[in-house]
Amino acid sequence: MSLLEIKNLTAKLADEDKQILNGLNLTVEKGQVAAIMGPNGSGKSTLSYVLAGREDYEVTDGEALLDGENILDLSPDERAAKGLFLAFQYPIEIPGVGQMTFLKAAVNAQRRKNGLDDMPTPEFMKLVNGRAKELGISPDMLRRSVNVGFSGGEKKRNESLQMALLQPKLAILDETDSGLDIDALKIVADGVNAMRSPDRGFVVITHYQRLLDYIKPDVVHVLSAGRIIKSGGAELALELEANGYADIVGKAA
Amino acid sequence: MPAVQETVEQVRAIDVDQYKYGFSTEIEMELAPKGLSEDIVRYISARKNEPAWMLEWRLDAYRRWLTMREPDWARVDYPQIDFQDMYYYAAPKSNAAPKSLDEIDPAILETYKKLGIPLREQEILAGVAPENRIAVDAVFDSVSVVTTFKEELKKSGVIFSSISEALHEHPELVKQYIGSVVPTTDNYYATLNAAVFSDGSFVYIPPGVRCPMELSTYFRINEQKTGQFERTLIIADKGSYVSYLEGCTAPMRDENQLHAAVVELIAHDDAEIKYSTVQNWYPGDSQGKGGIYNFVTKRGDCRGARSKISWTQVETGSAITWKYPSCILRGDDSQGEFYSIAVSNGAQQVDSGTKMIHLGKNTRSRIISKGISAGRSQNTYRGLVSAHRRATNAKNFTNCDSLLIGNACGAHTVPYIESKTASAVFEHEATTSKVSEDQMFYCMQRGLTQEEAIALIVNGFVKDVLQQLPMEFMVEAQKLIAISLEGSVG
Repeated sequence: MSLLEIKNLTAKLADEDKQILNGLNLTVEKGQVAAIMGPNGSGKSTLSYVLAGREDYEVTDGEALLDGENILDLSPDERAAKGLFLAFQYPIEIPGVGQMTFLKAAVNAQRRKNGLDDMPTPEFMKLVNGRAKELGISPDMLRRSVNVGFSGGEKKRNESLQMALLQPKLAILDETDSGLDIDALKIVADGVNAMRSPDRGFVVITHYQRLLDYIKPDVVHVLSAGRIIKSGGAELALELEANGYADIVGKAA
Repeated sequence: MPAVQETVEQVRAIDVDQYKYGFSTEIEMELAPKGLSEDIVRYISARKNEPAWMLEWRLDAYRRWLTMREPDWARVDYPQIDFQDMYYYAAPKSNAAPKSLDEIDPAILETYKKLGIPLREQEILAGVAPENRIAVDAVFDSVSVVTTFKEELKKSGVIFSSISEALHEHPELVKQYIGSVVPTTDNYYATLNAAVFSDGSFVYIPPGVRCPMELSTYFRINEQKTGQFERTLIIADKGSYVSYLEGCTAPMRDENQLHAAVVELIAHDDAEIKYSTVQNWYPGDSQGKGGIYNFVTKRGDCRGARSKISWTQVETGSAITWKYPSCILRGDDSQGEFYSIAVSNGAQQVDSGTKMIHLGKNTRSRIISKGISAGRSQNTYRGLVSAHRRATNAKNFTNCDSLLIGNACGAHTVPYIESKTASAVFEHEATTSKVSEDQMFYCMQRGLTQEEAIALIVNGFVKDVLQQLPMEFMVEAQKLIAISLEGSVG
């Protein structure tokens, strides 16, 4: 069974008529890193939001199976507990809520939904401190409010930290490279690479090939006008980098 | 985090109605005849066996009240109150003057137990470390039923009793201070209170004494059609310190009940009073039926040099709140603080804030107000900061933040700033924000339910103020806020 199987997914913004996803089909296997590339406005971010269950979008047709179960009727927190994680393009600030409070709330909320007891605090502290160190997150960052006053790089590293703590089955990275300098990009990529495993899949959404120098994809899909128009190996990304999207998009149209 | 989880569990445990203090106690009561007149004022005074000067003081107030008009400047809306259609005095019959807890009606003890306020000292002592003990004055409708730890407090010279008792045992202190901060002529409700107040707490901290425990008063309205008019007087003599907390609840009834209290604080040279309120009167149902009208006058007088008065309030209850705990910064170098969390949901209306009146030199004040509106509620911050001509170098910092949940509620900020001295520095910051869908989605994507996400975001919003509460009440207040917001989304 595939980790993620999207069949004929059609979706639009809840308060607009225009379809953004138009019968999208996509399969991601366990252990696979699938890159999704595409021009602006092709529906990349919409795909990530629809999979994570954002309310602003309405699914008008199709299904998305995670481990064989259609998740489109589940609430965002239920999807999260089933192992779906979205690394945000623009992580959200929550003033006054300490990082540790937030991380612990997230970890325990998911544990409870999966019938586990809360993680004992000492164990949790040890886990966070260990992962934070690997990602170059300073103790000071852990004492601050969630994402408040963080630089672009810090925010993305913070997303990586959350991913490392929550150990998802399927991680969707939405334009993780935006706003990152090379050093920050490397740290985030190292974090993802360290989590690659035969049981876990990644969907790496990106506009530029650059990120894929650091996170080597197994497959590359090209998204245009709300559907996958071409799939190939890592070399497809390089081809896009050299020739631009117009060539492929033109052919498909 | 545990607090957030507990909050959510508590919210779930509450089935249909969110208000868990809504039960009423069946107990035989002695009521004054219905309505208000000079005779009723005399009746109350006689019931309390008051000295003649006190009765005169009440009658003066009553006669003045007859000439006054109800204020209508607040942003609240309610039908005309019929002051003849309520009782002004209600006392448990069995409880004329209990000498000890054994003489108190068990139904009352049970009521307080149910509210989580143990009144038996041995029960309190059993589970609590000495430094965490809290002395309680329990006011049930119109009378104080018991005050705990009085003997122990006496050892350090602290007087903590009901105001009725203080009138007999320390009449000179009461006479000297009562009405000296909130005069009988002050405003419509304060004047009414002066005429008919039935009980309340009295605290005197002698010079140089740091009160050895937290003091608190727990107000309970039980009887139907009854107004509660309590009066609290706290005096911190030179160089003393006291921290005081009040809590309030009432049964769920579909009538509106009036609570018009007066609180006066006096801080002499170098004294400090910290006054915290957790107000959880019955707010009415989601349609706006029933609930308490909480029309309260609270004022502190920093009478001495370098004195300090700090108000902290967590307001979640009442159908209507009309309340402006204030500080008169009379002494040079005195300080006033006001920290407020006002939560409104359903059809609640809140018009609350503070007044910082700078009279002395180098006086400082600080206002942090967090308003949270949900449902169809209206939540107004109204505040005055003023500096007298002589108040050179007065400083104020004000920060008012409003948080909206949903799109049918309102938040309003009405600051008044008056400065008559060029050297005053007044700063005012205000923000209004909404619990954003982005924040909710972010939290939920990480696994939090909608309820957990709201609780987390709101607790973050009010953190600065919660930290001002005595430790024991911080968690309690956190839970209360989340419960008040149940059903505010989705």
